[in-house]
Amino acid sequence: MEIAFYLSGLVAVLATLRVITSTNPIHALLYLIVSLLAVAMVFFALGAPFAGALEVIVYAGAIMVLFVFVVMMLNLNEGVAAQERAWLGPRTWLGPVALATVLLLVLITTLWRGDVDLVIEGETLTAKVVGTTLFGPWLIAVELAAMLLLAALVTASHVGRTSSQPSNTRSGES
Amino acid sequence: MSWLTPTVVEVLIAMSQALVILVVVMLLGAVMTVVERRLLGLWQDRYGPNRVGPFGSLQLVADMIKILFKEDWIPPFADRALFVLAPIIAMASLLLAFMIIPLTPAWGVADWNIGLLFFFAMAGINVYAVLLGGWSSGNKYALLGAMRATAQTLSYEVFMGLSLMGVVALAGSFNMREIVAAQQSLWFIIPQFLGFCTFLIAGVAVTHRHPFDQPEAEQELADGYHIEYSGMKFGMFFIGEYIGMVLVSALIVTLFFGGWLGPWLPPFVWFALKTAALLVLFVLLRASLPRPRYDRVMSFGWRICLPLTLINLLLTGAVILLVSPAGN
Repeated sequence: MEIAFYLSGLVAVLATLRVITSTNPIHALLYLIVSLLAVAMVFFALGAPFAGALEVIVYAGAIMVLFVFVVMMLNLNEGVAAQERAWLGPRTWLGPVALATVLLLVLITTLWRGDVDLVIEGETLTAKVVGTTLFGPWLIAVELAAMLLLAALVTASHVGRTSSQPSNTRSGES
Repeated sequence: MSWLTPTVVEVLIAMSQALVILVVVMLLGAVMTVVERRLLGLWQDRYGPNRVGPFGSLQLVADMIKILFKEDWIPPFADRALFVLAPIIAMASLLLAFMIIPLTPAWGVADWNIGLLFFFAMAGINVYAVLLGGWSSGNKYALLGAMRATAQTLSYEVFMGLSLMGVVALAGSFNMREIVAAQQSLWFIIPQFLGFCTFLIAGVAVTHRHPFDQPEAEQELADGYHIEYSGMKFGMFFIGEYIGMVLVSALIVTLFFGGWLGPWLPPFVWFALKTAALLVLFVLLRASLPRPRYDRVMSFGWRICLPLTLINLLLTGAVILLVSPAGN
């Protein structure tokens, strides 16, 4: 499983690089989808197929569809590509890259000093184990996340309702 | 013959099984195009294609020749890479989802713990085919079709997942073989009737079949997202739709009708018979139902089907806890 892990990790890194450097927004989003699929593969390789499948369903299959959908509706054209290209000049990315390099160095040194001899085992976690862990020791976290989502749901429903009020009164049958 | 160790033999058998299933599914998808037209003709009091070969049985060959030799044209205003990619996703994602379906106790490609989730993942990926196909065509009708398809698929995917959770809870597993085994005494269509109804609706909607074919409504959108496609690329979208039909039928059989289980006949015959019956149901739906208005389709999904699946899930959970309070 180690080869699968490193290969999909490499794909994820390369795809993410293309997300940043691509000038066409739709193409950039597609690379992001590839990157998410690669991360799902990393989960599979690590022996967490449940997390991997959810990554594909939730991130690649639902959230990214909405992103692509919105960007598609914006009808971005050549002007946007030119703007993107302008943003890709070294003036723009040198600063963030320098800062990110420092972070990368910190990460590498910690990994270097720490216990990196852990080998990827590839034993699989079943959905049942994930479920009992979530609703056992992590129950509070699950409930808090549920509250957060509920708040978002109520907000979205409120915003949607006020904006569609005038048209609803005319065909108010349902 | 020293290389012919038991492991190698096992791998070869598994590979040939997978290949056979792949070819049969693709052929079935192609044959369904003709079967559907004949059945539609039968139900609408007309002949349907009956000129090529005895009883029109060679119509498929004629269609194949036509579609293979047609000029494969890519519009100059299209986004070439995505335009080519979209039909590949359309067909490949649905074919891949066939991996998890166990045909008989011995036949089937993959036997995974996450079985059912893999189908949801592939159905999620399949959305991109329509989305990218419609956008990359650079055509307003195609874009409108893609928009409709995406909105429809997203809203129906939400409760498609929920509608099957009752089955998963009853079987105690995502594994398709264990789900079939759990139906030994009682098919899940009886305890999970609400789940079956909603999954059937969601399955039809996800394959963009009639009456949920707003994305390709001929009258309004002149064919929707694949309007710019021709030749084999159109063929892949087309066959992909029929493969989706076969896939959803096979899934419903596995999840609600006990898969290969049944008396007297061999397992595969049972599986094939049940799947064929559901395929005919798909065609019958198209022959008999009018196409509802687009906004009605959306509000039906959110206001009726989603609450129904939630109620079903709640009831199923309550019953399971009542029957076995220990949570086993």
